[in-house]
Amino acid sequence: MQQDARQAEQGTAAASRGLFVNGEACASAAATLTELVRELGYGERRVATAVNGQFVAGSERDATQLKDGDRVEIVAPRQGG
Amino acid sequence: MNIIDRERMTDGRADAADAFAPYGQEVGSRLLLGTAQYPSPEILGNAVKSSGAGIVTVSLRREAAQGGGGDRFFELIRSWGVHVLPNTAGCRTAKEAINTALMARELFDTRWVKLEVIANDDTLQPDVFGLVEAARELSGQGFEVFPYTTEDLGVAERLMAAGCDVLMPWGAPIGTARGLANPYALKTMRNYFPGVPLVVDAGIGAPSHAMHAMELGFDAVLLNTAVAKADDPVEMAAAFGEAVAAGRKAFLAGLMEPRDMAAPSTPVAGTPFFDLGQKR
Repeated sequence: MQQDARQAEQGTAAASRGLFVNGEACASAAATLTELVRELGYGERRVATAVNGQFVAGSERDATQLKDGDRVEIVAPRQGG
Repeated sequence: MNIIDRERMTDGRADAADAFAPYGQEVGSRLLLGTAQYPSPEILGNAVKSSGAGIVTVSLRREAAQGGGGDRFFELIRSWGVHVLPNTAGCRTAKEAINTALMARELFDTRWVKLEVIANDDTLQPDVFGLVEAARELSGQGFEVFPYTTEDLGVAERLMAAGCDVLMPWGAPIGTARGLANPYALKTMRNYFPGVPLVVDAGIGAPSHAMHAMELGFDAVLLNTAVAKADDPVEMAAAFGEAVAAGRKAFLAGLMEPRDMAAPSTPVAGTPFFDLGQKR
C-alpha cells in the first residue's frame, strides 16, 4: 500500500502541468515557481513574478507550488513613460 | 498667490532654497523624463543628461527567457545616477496596478511608484475609482505613490486621504502633445493644494507647454513623447530643461496680471503734441 502511494506520488510529480507563462500556453514538469523560472532558462536574470494575478516575491518562489492552469507572469525592467 | 514664494527669494539665492522634494527626497531638477520610444539607448542616455532631469520613469514588461534586455536596461538607468520612478502603465484594474507595483518595488528596489490605472484605451484617462483604491492599498504597504490623475478636486482629495503626498494631474491625454487642455482647472487645483507637490504629467508637446505649467505654479513637469519623438531628442531634452527652469523662475518672480483693456507702458505725461481739452 505504501509502495503504491509512493509510486502514485512520483507519477504526479513527473507529470506535465498545463501552465500559461506570459500569456502563452506552456507545459512544464516544474513543481515550484523557482523550478519553472530555472527550467525556462532565466538564469540569474533580474525578474519579478506573479501567479494568477498575485505578486510572488523572489524569496517565496521556492514555496510556491504550481498547479494545472496556473497563469504565471515573468517580467523585467523596461523603458516607460 | 506668489507671496509665500516671494518671501523665500533673496538676492538670487532662490535656487538653492527653492527645492523640489517629493516625499522628502530633494531632487535638483523640476523636469521628470520618461524613457520610452527613443531611437536608441544611447540617445536616451544623452537626452536624460542634456535635460538635467533628476527623476526618470520606467516600466516592467513580460520578458522571454532568451531576452536579456531587462538587465541591460537596468544597468543603463543605474549608470545615470538619477532617481527611478517605476510606472504601472497598462494596468486597468486596481489589482493589476497593485501587483505591478509590488513587482516593480522588487525589481527596481524603490518605494516610489507612478500609479496608473487606465479606464479607456483611446484616451488612456485615469480610472479614478481604481486609482484611489490602489493608492490606498499601496500607501498602506509603504509605497510612496505618485498618482497619474485628472484635475478633479474630489479625486485629488480622496487620493490624499488615501495616503498620496504628491499629485500628478494630466495636461492632456498621453502622447497627444496638446499641452494644457484645461489650464483653468489646473490653476484651480494649484490654488486648492498650496503645499502639495503637484506635477503636470502627460500631453506635453512643446517646451512652451511645460513652461506654462511651471508659470502656473506647478512644482514639476513629467513628459516623455515630446522628447523621444522630437527630430533631435537630445536637443529637445535640453530645451525642456531650460523651459522648466525659466517657467519656475518666472513664477517666483511674480507674473503680472492679465487685463482686457490696453494700459500704455510708456508714461502719458509729457507726450509731445498733446493738447489738453482738444479732441484728437
